[in-house]
This record gives sequence, C-alpha cells and structure tokens, in this order.
Amino acid sequence: MSDFEVKEITPAAPTSVDGDARAARRREARTLLFGDLWEYAPAPESTAVVKVRERYEHFIGGRFVGGGEPMAVHNPATAEQISEIPAAGPDVVDRAVNAARAAFGPWSARPASERAKVLYHIGRMLQERARELAVLETLDNGKPIAETRDVDLPLAAAHFLYYAGWADKLDYAFPGVSPSPLGVAAQVIPWNFPLLMAAWKIAPALACGNTVVLKPAETTPLSASVLAEICAEAGVPDGVVNIVHGDGDTGRALVSHPGIDKVAFTGSTEVGRQIQRTLAGTDVRLTLELGGKGANIVFEDAALDQAVEGIVNGIWFNQGQVCCAGSRLLVQESVAETVLDKLRDRLATLRVGDPLDKNTDVGAINSAAQLERIADYVRIGQAEGAQMHQLACDLPDKGWFFAPTIFTHVAQSHRIAQEEIFGPVLAVQTFRTPDEAVELANNTPYGLSAGVWSDKGSKVFEMTRRLRAGIVWGNTFNQFDPASPFGGYKESGFGREGGRHGLLPYLRLR
Amino acid sequence: MNQPSKNSSSGQSSDSGAGSGNGAGASHRTGRAPAGLPAITVDARAVEARAARFTRRSIKNEAKRAALAAAMSMVDLTTLEGMDTPGKVERLCRKALQPGLDPRLPRVAAVCVYPTFVAHARQVLEGSDVRVAAVATAFPSGQSFLDVRLDETRRTVDAGAHEIDMVIDRGAFLAGDHARVFDEIAATKEACGAAHLKVILETGELSTYDNVRTASDLAMRAGADFIKTSTGKIAPASTMPVCLVMAEAIRDHYRATGVQVGLKAAGGIRTSKQAWHYLVLIKETLGDAWLTPDWFRIGASSLVNDLLLQWERLDTGRYQSAVYFSND
Repeated sequence: MSDFEVKEITPAAPTSVDGDARAARRREARTLLFGDLWEYAPAPESTAVVKVRERYEHFIGGRFVGGGEPMAVHNPATAEQISEIPAAGPDVVDRAVNAARAAFGPWSARPASERAKVLYHIGRMLQERARELAVLETLDNGKPIAETRDVDLPLAAAHFLYYAGWADKLDYAFPGVSPSPLGVAAQVIPWNFPLLMAAWKIAPALACGNTVVLKPAETTPLSASVLAEICAEAGVPDGVVNIVHGDGDTGRALVSHPGIDKVAFTGSTEVGRQIQRTLAGTDVRLTLELGGKGANIVFEDAALDQAVEGIVNGIWFNQGQVCCAGSRLLVQESVAETVLDKLRDRLATLRVGDPLDKNTDVGAINSAAQLERIADYVRIGQAEGAQMHQLACDLPDKGWFFAPTIFTHVAQSHRIAQEEIFGPVLAVQTFRTPDEAVELANNTPYGLSAGVWSDKGSKVFEMTRRLRAGIVWGNTFNQFDPASPFGGYKESGFGREGGRHGLLPYLRLR
Repeated sequence: MNQPSKNSSSGQSSDSGAGSGNGAGASHRTGRAPAGLPAITVDARAVEARAARFTRRSIKNEAKRAALAAAMSMVDLTTLEGMDTPGKVERLCRKALQPGLDPRLPRVAAVCVYPTFVAHARQVLEGSDVRVAAVATAFPSGQSFLDVRLDETRRTVDAGAHEIDMVIDRGAFLAGDHARVFDEIAATKEACGAAHLKVILETGELSTYDNVRTASDLAMRAGADFIKTSTGKIAPASTMPVCLVMAEAIRDHYRATGVQVGLKAAGGIRTSKQAWHYLVLIKETLGDAWLTPDWFRIGASSLVNDLLLQWERLDTGRYQSAVYFSND
C-alpha cells in the first residue's frame, strides 16, 4: 500500500478527516425532540356503528328483565353518564341462579358436539360484530380503541373458538379419568377487560357443560349485555348464560347463594379473601385470579431497545389497569441509565387522550375512584422519597386521565414497590446479580406475572424456574393466548384459566 | 480537512494486485466486532412487532397532506439501470425539479445515478438545490479491489457528486472481518472529501437484525454521514423492522457521541402509505430533528407518482388515472 494505510481501530473516536465539521454538528444537549413538527390529525373511530341504549337490563332465563335500583354508567373519557343498569338484589340473583339450575340438566345432557357448535357460533358472531363491540367497550371502559380493536375483541373471540374445540374432546383432556360438569358457576369479573374476562369465564364453563350466572363490574356492564344478546342468537338455550348487574352487594349475594356449585372470581385480593371466607366449609369450588405486582426483569445482556418496548407494554397497556402488569421494573444496575434514557424517550412518544382516537396509546382511567387511588399512590411515592418522572402532556379537560409515570430510586421497602397501584405508574429498582433479581422479584405477597429479558436462553429458563409467578414471559410481556394457562401464586390467587388447565376448575374428575 | 491528494488514486491503482487489492489482509483483525464495539443484539420478534405498530397509526387529512409533501422532499429519485443513457438521466433530473404540476409541491431531495452520469446530471440541475448522489465503490456488489473503489469514489466526487452512496463489502462482513469493513468505510469517507457519504449496508444480504445493528454501528463509527438500507438490487430491500434497527443504532450513536447520522430507506417503497409508515417510524424513534431531507431520505422512483396520485385525491376526492402523471 502506498499512502493509504490501514489504521488500527480506535472505537468511539473514529479517525475522521473532517473532525471540525463533525464537532460543529455535535450538540451540547444530546436529547431527542418528540415534538409537533408533523402532528397526526385527529382520527376518531366513528361511534355510528353502535347505539348505546339508555338502559341495560339483567339477562335471566333467556330474557332481558329489570329489577333493582338504577345505577349510572359513565364514559370515563368524558365523565358523562351514557347509560344505566339496575342493581340486582338477592331476589334477582335468586331468579338467575334458579334459571341456571333449571337449565343445567338439559344443557349438560346435550351432545358435546352441540355445545361446541354453539361456542363456535358465539366466537364467529363476536368477530362479525367486532367493530361495534370495540367501540362500545372503549366508550364504557375508557381504553384506547386500538386496544379494544386489536386485543380485547380478537382474544375474546379466540377464547370461544378455542374452548369450542375442547367441548367434545373432554374425555381426552385428562386420560384415565372421566370428566363431568359441576353445575351452576357464579362468575364475578372486573372492569379492566370487561368482554374478554366474560369470555374467559363463560367459554370454558359452557364447554364443560356447566351453566353460568355472570356479574360484570358495575362500571363496565355494557359489552356483557351485548354478549348476552349474542349468546341468545347463537343458540345458547335459555338459562344457560345469565347476567346480573350490580356492585359488590350483588356479588356477595351471588357468591353466597346456596344454589351454586362453583365460584370464579377475578378482581382485587381483598374481595377474593372475603369470598374465600364466605365459601369456607362449603363444597363450592373456587378459583381466584387476584392482584399482582409483576416484576419485569431486564438483564444487561438483553436486547435493550426491545426490552424497553416490553416495559412500555407491561405498564402502559390498558393504562396499567392490568392484574399481570409489569408494574415493577428490575433493571441490572450496569444498564440502568441506558434503559431509563431509552424509556424516557419512549415515554415522550406516548399519546394520551381521547380513547376513540385510533392514534391514542393511553386512554382514560376507568373510574373517578380509581383515578383517586392512583393519584394517592403517586403522592405516597413522592412522600417516600422516590424520584418521579411524568410524561409532559396536556390531559383532556374532562374525563378521568392520568399521565404515565415513572418512579426511580425506589426501594423494596416503599409502598409503591409493594402494593398494587393498578394504574400507569412504574416503580424502577436496580439489581446486581441474577440471585438478587430473583430475591427482589419474589419478595412480594403477589405472584401473578413476571418478565425476563436476556439474549441468553439458558438464563431466561433458569430465571423462569426460580420465579414464583404463575406467568413468566421471556423477552416479551403481556402476551395472551387462549391455549396458555393464566393464574397466580400466593395472594394472586389459585386456579388456572386458559388452555387445557382452564377446563379443570369446571370439571369433576372421577 | 485532510483531502486525499490526487496522486493517491493513481498510486493505489498501480499497486492493485490480487494480494493487496482488498487491502492488507494480514494486518486486519477478525472477529465478532472491532475492539470496543459491543455487539448489541436485537430481538427479531419484538422489533417486528414494534415496526408493525407504526403501520397502524392512522394518518388523515392535514397530517396526510404534510406527509405527502415531506416524503416528496425526501426522495432520492433514482435510476440505476444498465440501459441508462444521458437522455434518461436528463428526464429524471427534469422530473426531480418538477415532480408534479402543483406549485405547492416541493421538488425532490436528490437524484441518484451511476458515476458516469454525474456530470450530466449536474449540468441539467444547474442552479437548483437538488443534490446529485452517485453510487460508487463497485455498486451493487462492492466486489472489487479497494483501490479501484476508492479511485471510483474520488473520480465521482471530482465529477461533481454531492453525495456518494457506497456499498459495504458484505462478503468481508459475513466472513467476520468487521475490521476490514470498518477500514474500507473510513477510507471511502476520506476519499469523499467534502461529499456526503451514505453507507449502503445491503440489509437483505446481511440477513439478521443483529448483523444490521452491528453493520450500522460500524458504519457510523467509521464516519458515515448516512446509513442506507439497500441497493435496490436485492430482495428484500428496505423493510420497516430493518429501518427501525438502524434508527435505534443512530439514536444510540447520537446519544453516545452527539453526532447526528442520517438514514436512507431504499428499495421497495412504492406507495404513499409505505412512505408515511416510514415517517411515523422516524417521528417516533428519532424525533423531529430527523424529519427533514437533511437526515432522512427515501430512495425510490415509482413512489413519486403515487405521492402525486394521493395528493390529487386530497384535493379532488378522486383517484386520477395514471395517464395524468408523467412517467420519467
């Protein structure tokens, strides 16, 4: 080589020939600007596809019936009343349980293939009416239309289709024993995934030959009412699916009714405890899917940019109102700064606002009460000395909104690290070694979910083995599939929903 | 600035033989990455999922109009065919100056041609600010002697190219000789002098996102002004996940060094919708500072007429027949 010499590599400081020009380009502040140079125009989903009725009623014995004091139903994005429901008292609950009891014999005696056909039909009708239901769910719950459209509806339909497949194969699900249905299942579901939770509960119960009385949350009763309509149209016999509206009082009346054989509850750990006390000493079967404080564990050898996506999806999906949310970020100290820089950049791109806008990433908090609870915890976090970083954004003037929030410098002793906030609030802690990560992750009364981020497969599997959580995601988070069992350890509950495991709570095996 | 001397090219040419043509191989280290360059990994499934989310942004009305205009201003209008002639290149340049008849529409950023047409393109574009980019370094394979490639680069710059689109030696990269790839980029950068260097990674041949990331980091550290996905001669050309990986590399490089590097997506971008998907990706990954033709380019040819078609539709509410748009 003549005058061209191969140079030794000097990383980070390239032997650049125009160093001055480069230096000129170098900026003091190396921050990225996520501004409004190109602003997305409003892209609201039309509400013309759905007519919200003034009043929704109970669905008992195949008919919509009233009964009970009216309760207002609000649109969380505007805080305005959009409908009302009657709150079922003990008499209405009694009628519903009796209807379910009466329908149980004929339904469980039907050929299993007939039950499968009905479930397939429900799944298909959910797909056909997906747009309408997505809009209705967004109006009722406050979650972004992009989520109801891409997550809630497809998954709800998938659950019915999946369990339709099991209905006539129960004899092969648990070899060596013979399955039979339990009877009447009382099902109480939360407001964070109203239709999806209804699907999780109803589909396996019906596939196994049970009948159900379902109580949706009082703040999100609308989509379940449409589901009742769909059930009737799909050929579900009268009384097989019953829906009663109301709040905690209705729930108490339902789970303590002597005519039920099984309770399935998804909701808070506190209510779960009450239910377990109520049922103690009876032969009513119980499954509980309760709270969580999921640890999302990011190792230094993870694909960090994708891990950041997982953190975002873990805590800001559905405004963090997810029992399996990755509400604790455990990040290895060696990459903590890098990950937090990336996370803050990513946070800056989140769009908070009108849930009906197709470009909204974070919608409204479901109720004023929940909003207050989240605000309380954020005050607690600040008082405890954690450092807060919030998305700088204009929240809508009306409705119940909360800006996505990150707390750093969080210690295990902080309440924001221990207690379930159920909102868009992330607590960040650091760890040094895998052992320490396991210890921190397991040091909680909950045990629902966890995430492990590492490019090293053996490490992911080893962590999975050691984490006391019902669901552990490897290099992803908040992914759901009807074929995959879901449920918790410790105070996150017991029993599994989804997959073959999800049949067990609805079967007697002999 | 340390401009390479005129003599260096001839000096190297005379030296080119089988042994030294690709550089002094013996002195190169081989291995996963040059010393100090951490191999940053990419999770394929997750990066594809993120890239897909950009495509679900709903771009309406004024946002669409702004996107169409921005995309037009970012196009490197390209012809790279064996049958290119001075006439063809001239027509391309005329199209670059006036893509559509609506005066509200910007002209494109640059034309991209083979080195032999640079002088002609400069002549046609005289007086405008449309840049002339040329593919040098034994495009598209890069499989020639280093001194030949450097000489080609220098002569192309001498002919008036504002921007040089070089290809990396994918053979060397895939053989693990990252140090050689680094050195060759650095040498080409030197040969470019004042001209801007775009480094084509040819991601379709690199095959994995991990490789795309490593090649991006290499190219930026070696002095690339832009990193570019593809030659357009290999399928797949530019894809959203690949561009996301490159954008993330650019972001990290900027964070670490303060040096801003541009991104060019090239090949396979034919529709307006694809174009604004890329703009969404840039907006939400790199931010506003990259949403200009100085820092983001789209290498394309047929895209221009689709942008015009959509532009017309915004005004008239109707799709016009293709015969209303010039085919140059």
